[in-house]
Amino acid sequence: MRPRLATLWLDGCSGCHMSLLDLDERLLEIIRDFELVYSPLLDVKEYPNAVDIALVEGAVSTEADRRRIQIVRERTRILVSFGDCAVTGNVPALRNRIGIDAVLAVYETPPTREVPMLLPVFPVHQVVAVDHWLPGCPPSPDAIFEVLRALLEQRAPAPSGVRFGS
Amino acid sequence: MSVYTLEIDGREVGARPGETILAVAREHQIEIPTLCSLEGLSTVGACRLCLTEVEGASRLLPACTTAVAEGMRVRTQSERIARYRRGILELLFAERNHQCAVCVSNGHCDLQALATSLGMDHVRVPYRDPLLSVDASHERFALDHNRCVLCTRCVRVCDEIEGAHTWDVAGRGIGSWIVSDLADPWGESSSCTGCGKCVQVCPTGALFEKGKAIGEMTKRTAFVPMLQHMRGRRR
Repeated sequence: MRPRLATLWLDGCSGCHMSLLDLDERLLEIIRDFELVYSPLLDVKEYPNAVDIALVEGAVSTEADRRRIQIVRERTRILVSFGDCAVTGNVPALRNRIGIDAVLAVYETPPTREVPMLLPVFPVHQVVAVDHWLPGCPPSPDAIFEVLRALLEQRAPAPSGVRFGS
Repeated sequence: MSVYTLEIDGREVGARPGETILAVAREHQIEIPTLCSLEGLSTVGACRLCLTEVEGASRLLPACTTAVAEGMRVRTQSERIARYRRGILELLFAERNHQCAVCVSNGHCDLQALATSLGMDHVRVPYRDPLLSVDASHERFALDHNRCVLCTRCVRVCDEIEGAHTWDVAGRGIGSWIVSDLADPWGESSSCTGCGKCVQVCPTGALFEKGKAIGEMTKRTAFVPMLQHMRGRRR
């Protein structure tokens, strides 16, 4: 049976998912070897049960992010922090130094119900347990491919040339 | 002149008395990671990334400030050393605001490169997210305290090479920061000559040249030992 793969987009720019798409023809291998069960690239509303691998892009920066990542952790065997925002907080975390009130000060009436409540920004591993980290803004397609191959072959991922930033 | 014989990573090497472990290791192409050390400047042993195991010493010793001795046995790589180096690096990343993705020194930064070479793929301690200022008052250069690792290379090059001593460290412990003159805006400094040596030796994007794009913000440090050498000969 093919491993069940999910990809998630929390507070990030979607650049990591763009880099995933940059796998180009190797996407055919990914689709052959994995069953993609949840992703911004699919029209699936609810995070499914018994997911083998989840790539999580983005930092945890709202109450909704926090609820989502907790559900993802409960239902996923191997969770990968995918890209700098998930690994470090990165650009979303720039607001931590000025606080949420300063961010909301741009609104005449700060939104309360329509959008999820903002939180201080956390890297994913400071909210739930993370199994692997793949830094990069974004991680290169080669690095993403190596991580997915390694997890498929049940060995420790060893992507080369990985660095924070771009 | 006497010569010491010592062992680094199981290799027998010769060294002159007074040399440091780091200098001898480099002469023999043995890589030890460093951040605050720069050839041509005095050593301060501030960053601790060059920690090594010396037989007989219970604690780890910085290679940059530890002088060699006859019969010394040094290890530059071990599980324990790797653990310490990684921990130090994580603390450096957590202490201030190092967002490589939006830094002018992305791709030319010693801190960023060390994370890659030491295999640091995440930071286990909470980020401090301190609110720090940027001094952009100088006409050509700027200082972003968010990216400073307090290596004091700028302080040393300004004092020891340029002879201006514009930079110094104010405050103590976690409250330490780099100041120009008596904590005046850099642009109003009466001692700064505008030579830019501090910018060149800064290992991160803390000191940078205004108007430079990321691809252009390469730094050159080779002038430091060259100037030292030339001045030594003149004396």
